[in-house]
Amino acid sequence: MAYSDKVLDHYDNPRNVGSMSAGDDDVGTGMVGAPACGDVMKLQIKVNAEGIIEDAKFKTYGCGSAIASSSLVTEWVKGKSLAEALEIKNTAIAEELALPPVKIHCSILAEDAIKAAVADYRAKQGFVEETESGACPAVVVEKAAA
Amino acid sequence: MMPRPIYLDYSATTPVDPRVLAKMIPWLSENFGNPASRSHAYGWAAEEAVEIAREQVASLIGADPREIVWTSGATESNNLAIKGAARFHSARGKHLITVKTEHKSVLDTCRELERDGFEITWLDVQENGLIDFDVFAAAIRPDTILASVMLVNNEIGVIQDIARLGTLCREKGVIFHVDAAQATGKVAIDLASLPVDMMSLSAHKTYGPKGIGALYVSRKPRVRIDALIHGGGHERGMRSGTLPTHQIVGMGEAYWIARENMGADNERARWLRDRLMQGLMKLDQVFVNGDMDQRVPHNLNLSFNFVEGESLLMGIKDVAVSSGSACTSASLEPSYVLRALGRSDELAHSSIRFSIGRFTTQDEIDAVIEKISASVSKLRELSPLWDMHRDGIDLSTVQWAAH
Ligand SMILES: Cc1ncc(COP(=O)(O)O)c(C=O)c1O
Ligand code: FES
Repeated sequence: MAYSDKVLDHYDNPRNVGSMSAGDDDVGTGMVGAPACGDVMKLQIKVNAEGIIEDAKFKTYGCGSAIASSSLVTEWVKGKSLAEALEIKNTAIAEELALPPVKIHCSILAEDAIKAAVADYRAKQGFVEETESGACPAVVVEKAAA
Repeated sequence: MMPRPIYLDYSATTPVDPRVLAKMIPWLSENFGNPASRSHAYGWAAEEAVEIAREQVASLIGADPREIVWTSGATESNNLAIKGAARFHSARGKHLITVKTEHKSVLDTCRELERDGFEITWLDVQENGLIDFDVFAAAIRPDTILASVMLVNNEIGVIQDIARLGTLCREKGVIFHVDAAQATGKVAIDLASLPVDMMSLSAHKTYGPKGIGALYVSRKPRVRIDALIHGGGHERGMRSGTLPTHQIVGMGEAYWIARENMGADNERARWLRDRLMQGLMKLDQVFVNGDMDQRVPHNLNLSFNFVEGESLLMGIKDVAVSSGSACTSASLEPSYVLRALGRSDELAHSSIRFSIGRFTTQDEIDAVIEKISASVSKLRELSPLWDMHRDGIDLSTVQWAAH
């Protein structure tokens, strides 16, 4: 399989790799996919008081296209409001990275990861008082929309 | 120019040995005759070359040259053996036995027969990839006409106990077919003593050209099959079509060299494989797929836990290996062979097959160890599963969202 230059670039130099403290109130964590399917994406966003995504980090287990898709969305969501971030569609990701048809599901996963991270952040905001700090981040698993 | 990738995919195919190539060339140019031409010297010369090659192939496997039928490769041999015997003997019974880890050319052939009204038992293997003899024995029924079991598995290199399975088949009157495409030149085969009725062979896994193979069809006891390809009645009616002299000469020479070199080739492969394994097992969470004792030394199949296979291949573009991950294919199903061993899907997704060959060097092995180690470490830094593992979370207890 030939990879596009952009996929190779994200694979060789992934942007914003890492983790944020999932227990923090201003951090939303989305984990989508399953190891049995060969892909798990974790996307985290840090949201400021104005509701703007200040920072984003990812970790991905999956093929090169999955790694590139998640790396790309960390760049795209930064500086966006939550509503704007939710506008990012998998088709735009697939187009930017020139993904072949068999790799479209990697971009869908990235879109799902954004939704999951935003949902997690919003849930936290809704339940600020009750949220226990230091909750185990690993089991934050969101249902994929598709 | 980029240097050529290091080739560790000899189970997919091998280069033609230069000695083989040299023997083939004249049969494409000056000696172009049709081996079936009986009326002139062009034909006689070609026929003689074909018969010498037939003897060379027969001698590697301890067969009589008259038991060798030329085909286009092991895929065709498997089709001819299984469909040919099933159809010829269908009045006697309509039940066949095969194994879930067989090559697709056996599995898909059996599936085709299933559509034609035959009944197939698909045997499971044990965790080490080997057949449990008792399970095999229990599958044989009065109406079983054929069992097909591979000698060496293409993905994990394990060697099945053909002698024992074949002996039972003889006792029960079941025709025994063996796919030996991955075994020639690696495992000693003596059909004079092995109770095998048909054996599929391929040239290109053993330093011969692609597009040529053979089916061994036993004369004593005599095994009868229907032909699949009809025409001039070549190959005693079992496989019509003008014989490709150059290909056949190449296969003959390749098998002749394999016979001479088997000991040295195996010893070298084992030494290199052990070195590769020692180097890679230094990484944490690496698992061998398939039995380590009943295995050809050329094959090493490893799962690098928490790293997905295709992304690993991407990081080692200058190494040619293959992965059992679904992401390398369009199917999204990880390797059916590894799943048949009961490997979890994630370990199947994380597997790489290294296959060593005659032209592999120590420097290449050392370079591959270095490249794989660097790539695995990099990808684990990227892997959320690796983080979870290090935090002491048992991944099997996590409820994942299926998609
Ligand atoms: C075990 C096994 N059987 C059959 C085949 C098919 O052989 P050929 O390429 O000669 O058709 C292969 C090779 O892919 C193989 O590994
Ligand atoms: S993660 Fe499997 S194809 Fe992308």
